[in-house]
Amino acid sequence: MLFQANFPELKDYLDPMASHPTSGVDSPKPAFELKAATFTLPVIRLLEVDMDSVADQLGGKVDQAPDFFRNTPVVIDLSGLPAGAGRIEFPLLVGLMRGFGMIPVGIRGGTDEQHEAAQAMELAILGDAFVRRSPTTREAPRQPTPAPAAASTRPTPTPVRPTPAPARPVAEDPAVASQRLITRPVRSGQRVYAPGGDLSVIAPVSNGAELMADGNIHIYGPLRGRAMAGMKGDTSARIFCQDLQAELISVAGHYRISENIPDEVKGVPVQIFLDGDVLRVEKI
Amino acid sequence: MARTIVITSGKGGVGKTTTSAALAMGLAQRGHRTAVIDFDVGLRNLDLIMGCERRVVYDFVNVINGEANINQALIRDKRCDALYVLPASQTRDKDALTKEGVGRVLEELSKGFDYIVCDSPAGIEHGAHMAMYYADDAVVVTNPEVSSVRDSDRMLGILSSKSRRAERNEPPIREYLLLTRYSPERVAKGEMLSVNDVREILSLDLLGVIPESKAVLNASNSGVPVILDVESDAGQAYSDAVGRYLGEDLPHRFLDIKKKGFFSRLLGG
Ligand SMILES: Nc1ncnc2c1ncn2[C@@H]1O[C@H](COP(=O)(O)OP(=O)(O)O)[C@@H](O)[C@H]1O
Ligand SMILES: [Mg+2]
Repeated sequence: MLFQANFPELKDYLDPMASHPTSGVDSPKPAFELKAATFTLPVIRLLEVDMDSVADQLGGKVDQAPDFFRNTPVVIDLSGLPAGAGRIEFPLLVGLMRGFGMIPVGIRGGTDEQHEAAQAMELAILGDAFVRRSPTTREAPRQPTPAPAAASTRPTPTPVRPTPAPARPVAEDPAVASQRLITRPVRSGQRVYAPGGDLSVIAPVSNGAELMADGNIHIYGPLRGRAMAGMKGDTSARIFCQDLQAELISVAGHYRISENIPDEVKGVPVQIFLDGDVLRVEKI
Repeated sequence: MARTIVITSGKGGVGKTTTSAALAMGLAQRGHRTAVIDFDVGLRNLDLIMGCERRVVYDFVNVINGEANINQALIRDKRCDALYVLPASQTRDKDALTKEGVGRVLEELSKGFDYIVCDSPAGIEHGAHMAMYYADDAVVVTNPEVSSVRDSDRMLGILSSKSRRAERNEPPIREYLLLTRYSPERVAKGEMLSVNDVREILSLDLLGVIPESKAVLNASNSGVPVILDVESDAGQAYSDAVGRYLGEDLPHRFLDIKKKGFFSRLLGG
């Protein structure tokens, strides 16, 4: 799954400029130099598009070597996907990788649609001159996926687990799944989804529990687990929470993990919303 | 109709069997006809802690399989007339506990008893599921450690969705938290979670706090439920827990570091 890749092509791009860093006659003292460098980056070569299995297996890898991935730029290689593998949920994938501390920087080896979808997630398209794509992939019929516009690719289209799967089997509770008002504590391993609307919880939400709603999420109690509002991409969805201690919060696929939540908004009532591309957490 | 109480936990070795024996004895001592069932097929140690291991003829699985009737398998406690033990099988495999079989046995017991205490194996395997499925009440035994608390939380989630009450949309299982092996010294050193930490994380009614105590090991070595050791802190704490379960309003004891008495200070003890 992990490969190393070199990018000599970056060097080719930048070299000509590197030789003329200050070409003007009266140019001011240079504030920077443009140089070329070759980096070796880890590459995650996707072999399937099911983000649940990717989450599971990647989680295992990260557990083995958490420091290796912390703040590491990573390239996603799509050349290993079988023909007709289905659509890649880039928002999920990117959220997932960020959740593990990686910095997804770009992709390579995909189809035009995949590149377009990735660009919508602000991933760079890295030249695939050095990637040998299997002929089957190249000749694969184009996915029937409509070319997604920037705004519609980011949202999470299905209530699948966008983040590392819990280690234990999840207590799926169909009775709870469509309820919108939860009055009992949501425990570790439980997932509650409010399709098509808001979810209100008037009880604590434990570590390892997950709340999901297509609309807003209200929690009148401590949120120690995860809350994902705007599951179908509603960027105006918000999370209101009386006592924020969350492992992860997300609106329309934009995530923040606990580590990236500032201390001053922890343990106090907050609202969480999207301001452009930025997921804001504000005291209320 | 008996009330069925499951004693459960996510992790093993937290004190479920110790608790099952103590609560069952405590209820029986107060005059309630009580049966305590060992669901830990293959490990079977409730009978040791109850001190009746040499009187086992038939076990739970025999009854489920129709090889013995319930009255043949139940062992009456020698110290308390209202208490009976249904031991687990040491040899048979865990799948012998079927949902139907367990249901039949519990229903039969239910006619003659006030309380049925089910000593569950750890975890979320088949045996644990069987022990909790028919429960009316659950005592979640937890040690004051992060991992134990987390496992209990997960267990509570399963209790609220995988029981007969949940399947039938009946009122949910009543859940109680029992904190065991509590050591105020270690809490003070920051090595363990405090009562309030655990209570807050799990947001449950606190049935009791059982201190870490040598009396527990002594009691189980001699086959006496620790609640009968009325001098001991653990015995008293279990007795309080039984009282609270029956609706008494009792303050929690043994939460603070024991002040050393004059003589033990003098003797450097
Ligand atoms: N309050 C306590 N103080 C000291 N030791 C205890 C206490 N409770 C349980 N133990 C010890 O912990 C071990 C596991 O207890 P047990 O009741 O068999 O747990 P479980 O049934 O959950 O596996 C036993 O050795 C028991 O003596
Ligand atoms: Mg046990």
